[in-house]
Amino acid sequence: MPTNTIDQFTFEVNDEGFLTDRNQWSKELCEVLAELVGIEHLTPEHWATIEFMRDDSAKSGVTPTLRRMQTVGGFDVRELYQLFPGKPVKKMAYLSGLPKPVGCV
Amino acid sequence: MTGQYPNGYGHSMNKLVILGAGTAGTMLSNTLRRALDSDWSITVIDQDDNHQYQPGFLFVPFGKMAPKRLIRSRRGLIPDGVDFRQRAVAKVHPQRNLVELADGDEVEYDWLIIASGCTPRPEGMPGLTDDRVWQESAFDFYTLDGATKLRDAMSAFEGGRVLVHISEMPIKCPVAPLEFAFLADDYFRKRRIRHKVDITYVTPLDGAFTKPVASSKLGGLLEDRSIRVQTDFAVESVDPEQRTLNSYDGRALPFDLLVTVPVNMGAQFVIDSGLGDDLGYVPVDKHTLRADAHDNIFVVGDAANVPTSKAGAVAHFEVEMFTDNFLAAVQGKPLPNRFDGHANCFVEAGRGQALLLDFNYDTEPLTGVFPAPVFGPMKLLGLSRINHLGKLAFEHIYWNMLMKGRRLPVPTEMSMRGKVPAGEEN
Ligand SMILES: Cc1cc2nc3c(=O)[nH]c(=O)nc-3n(C[C@H](O)[C@H](O)[C@H](O)COP(=O)(O)OP(=O)(O)OC[C@H]3O[C@@H](n4cnc5c(N)ncnc54)[C@H](O)[C@@H]3O)c2cc1C
Repeated sequence: MPTNTIDQFTFEVNDEGFLTDRNQWSKELCEVLAELVGIEHLTPEHWATIEFMRDDSAKSGVTPTLRRMQTVGGFDVRELYQLFPGKPVKKMAYLSGLPKPVGCV
Repeated sequence: MTGQYPNGYGHSMNKLVILGAGTAGTMLSNTLRRALDSDWSITVIDQDDNHQYQPGFLFVPFGKMAPKRLIRSRRGLIPDGVDFRQRAVAKVHPQRNLVELADGDEVEYDWLIIASGCTPRPEGMPGLTDDRVWQESAFDFYTLDGATKLRDAMSAFEGGRVLVHISEMPIKCPVAPLEFAFLADDYFRKRRIRHKVDITYVTPLDGAFTKPVASSKLGGLLEDRSIRVQTDFAVESVDPEQRTLNSYDGRALPFDLLVTVPVNMGAQFVIDSGLGDDLGYVPVDKHTLRADAHDNIFVVGDAANVPTSKAGAVAHFEVEMFTDNFLAAVQGKPLPNRFDGHANCFVEAGRGQALLLDFNYDTEPLTGVFPAPVFGPMKLLGLSRINHLGKLAFEHIYWNMLMKGRRLPVPTEMSMRGKVPAGEEN
């Protein structure tokens, strides 16, 4: 498993750069990762999604899907696309220190 | 026989109830009736008496299989000694070991197997079922009715933009939409109007299939057939006025014919009983299929949330490992077998060819020769005529071997013999 070091942070990642251990995540690391995906400043709206992702996955063991963000988290999918342009779920998972949600088989 | 009678020794019979007499429920009825003693009653409940061969739905729109040919009586496939009831299930009450039927009757169980599959839910996409488009220019082929109406629309189609679309994963038989695109290419070519038809494959995934290696092979095949691809398409709605398919990131794809696979969800009674996840699939242990929340409930086939393909072939592999496990479970013993997620499927590629994919929870699709003496060797992941014949032979095998619970000459657990992990050839 590759190890990544950015600034003072050291963490294990998979070959797509996603953290493999959610316990190596911190808010400070999250801010650094956000810049890497083109988000300069994490607003309270960004943080709300990241907190939901971390809480929900801590209970369920899996990264929530876009549908779950909408039905259980109560987020508006359009807004998620504005907050995390392009591929919101992947970006949210990445920033939350979680695996990319399984698109399933 | 409802199993309420004492068996002569003062205790009542053991009652097994199976919900759903589709692919999994029928196979289970056959294998478990043979495996369980006569002090077990087995009841299987389904809402109708039409067992449909769903893999055939793919061929209906192209006029290659007549709808009627795909239906048989469920009752005729259920063995003697199993009580088949044609009723709709309304709810399960796991605390009371009770199944509530839509007509208000109740059925008690000691052990319950949920085999109620999943169905497409077109009403889940805004605009799709609008009268201006639904079954006029927008169709699904995951129901026999939809496939039949699409057949008529296909034969009247004279050219324009065709979208072949998956809304959201998981769907049953995840390769079926790709196969549809390949067969459509073939169909329009034979009708000599291919040059007037623009086919685009639209997927929420970042490639043609969920497993990377198969995705790149299948993606190459789409390109060969001049089928365009739109990836990462998170669908928001259908605009019935403009006839476009719209995504959350602002794409609007115009269509003259939309062939969509709506979100597939578990049975409504599963959701109403609080037994399902967001999409109505029952959370289970992926190796034993035992419901996480209830020790005396197992879930076999598409109804479970296991992370492998939802397919008849998978249900078959599950049933093979399940019987011994069930016998152990009812005696309170540890379960001997572990399901490895084994899936294999023929991918119809049009032009009389097909490929075969074989994978499990941990292994990427394999290449090599499939060890199945009845069909002769088939190349895994390779394009061949013989695979195409294998796909067609599946119908016969389905009714005559699978449903009767006979063993297939294919190992349940994935064997690595004669196979090379894809991407590692030469
Ligand atoms: C277009 C298409 C192509 C496919 N191609 C392939 C293929 O090539 N190879 C392959 O292996 N698989 C294929 N499949 C998938 C395969 O058909 C399914 O995975 C398989 O049938 C699942 O079996 P099951 O028993 O879990 O569900 P089903 O066979 O769907 O059975 C579920 C049963 O539960 C019953 N039920 C549901 N709710 C209730 C209720 N409330 N009360 C009473 N009864 C209820 C239903 O009536 C149904 O009979 C394809 C599917 C489709 C749609």
